[in-house]
Amino acid sequence: MIETDIIIIGAGPCGLFTVFEAGLIKLRCHLIDSLAQPGGQLAEIYPKKPIYDVPGFPSILAGELVENLMEQAAPFKPGFTLGERAEQIEKTDDDKFIVTTSRGTKHKAPVVAIAGGLGCFEPRKPELENLERFEDFGVDYIIKDPEKFRDKNVIIAGGGDSALDWTIFLAEVAKEVTLVHRRGKFRGALDSVEKVENLAASGKIDLIINSEITSLKGENTLEQVKIFKKLKDEEVVKAVDYFIPLFGLSPKLGPLKEWGLDLNKESIPVNTVDYSTSIPGIYAIGDINDYVGKLRLILCGFHEATIMVQSAYRRIHPDKNLVLKYTTVSGVNAFE
Amino acid sequence: MDDLITLYVTDLSGTRHEIQAPTDMGLNVMEAIKANALPVKATCGGMAMCATCNIIIKSSHDLPELSESEEGMLDEAFVLDIEGSRLSCQIPVTRDIDGLELKMAPLSNPED
Repeated sequence: MIETDIIIIGAGPCGLFTVFEAGLIKLRCHLIDSLAQPGGQLAEIYPKKPIYDVPGFPSILAGELVENLMEQAAPFKPGFTLGERAEQIEKTDDDKFIVTTSRGTKHKAPVVAIAGGLGCFEPRKPELENLERFEDFGVDYIIKDPEKFRDKNVIIAGGGDSALDWTIFLAEVAKEVTLVHRRGKFRGALDSVEKVENLAASGKIDLIINSEITSLKGENTLEQVKIFKKLKDEEVVKAVDYFIPLFGLSPKLGPLKEWGLDLNKESIPVNTVDYSTSIPGIYAIGDINDYVGKLRLILCGFHEATIMVQSAYRRIHPDKNLVLKYTTVSGVNAFE
Repeated sequence: MDDLITLYVTDLSGTRHEIQAPTDMGLNVMEAIKANALPVKATCGGMAMCATCNIIIKSSHDLPELSESEEGMLDEAFVLDIEGSRLSCQIPVTRDIDGLELKMAPLSNPED
């Protein structure tokens, strides 16, 4: 059981900044996110897009903002449970919460902060018979540990940045990498496209364009896939250990819906005094909450996180008085 | 007003709505739909980086051609081959699209 002061659901910008603000008042945080890396949408959807409305940054790339937030949070030693979806919540006798993930990891804390953005990102799955049967048995939608693919035969499908980036990365790790794309052109960053084309030209990877995976076969685990080459109108069979479809991710509110919170469609109504939800001890900040005048902006989420941790503090230490301290005066006192 | 155009939006339940949108505010069709309180998920906010503002064009208006990124995104979401399939965030609200007839596509469902 992981124990902390605040369990943060969602490791996007709001969740990460919560770690910093909580750390300033000596509260520890642990973040849970269904994605394999921190940063939420910023890292998953638009890492290379500039953002122009983060105060103090005339322009900053989304991916850089995430790196900065990680650096800012680092002194407060946040814990991370990544690649796992927060699934269930239960109240304990001592007025705390236990949050259990899709992989059974348990977390306990007196406060839960939902910073879940638009929900959990779930992989877009190609329509293939048997696909679900091979999930975790040769089919992976997110790559948590690239070492898993060392010296294996891997097929990646997709035409966006993640398909390109992982092809480039796994070319050095896997025994054989094949990238299958349904079209002739790629959607990703130009330099990635170029790298993939060079890898293909030098025979380091097998690049199969204008083609689709049409079936999966295997006894217990995945053993082979069929690839249909549209232009040649022919089907080829390839032996594989892993098939990684990377067709992007789509957010869904998911299990949070069943947590007994008051909901307003896909968002969680909060009291703007402290961004508390209908359940005492559970707060909601950032894109996932809703109130009169709500703006889904990163900068508003930062404000919400700051206000929210004050209320969390009072819940955790009802007998103590909290005095606002300025970082210019107190600095940042890292946790051991 | 001269700068208002009309769009006809059929929502996912099949109800057809007549909505108005100003042409002088730099809006795109996704934003016009949103501004009229019709449901559209639009996760990425208009960057052509998700496909949750997917619509099907039903009229024969002259629309801006698919950009590389829109085409790629529609493909990745498996909706490129559907006739009239577009990302509503990539169609600017201009006089050229006055009277546009469109249907919300399943990917745009905020509750999905």
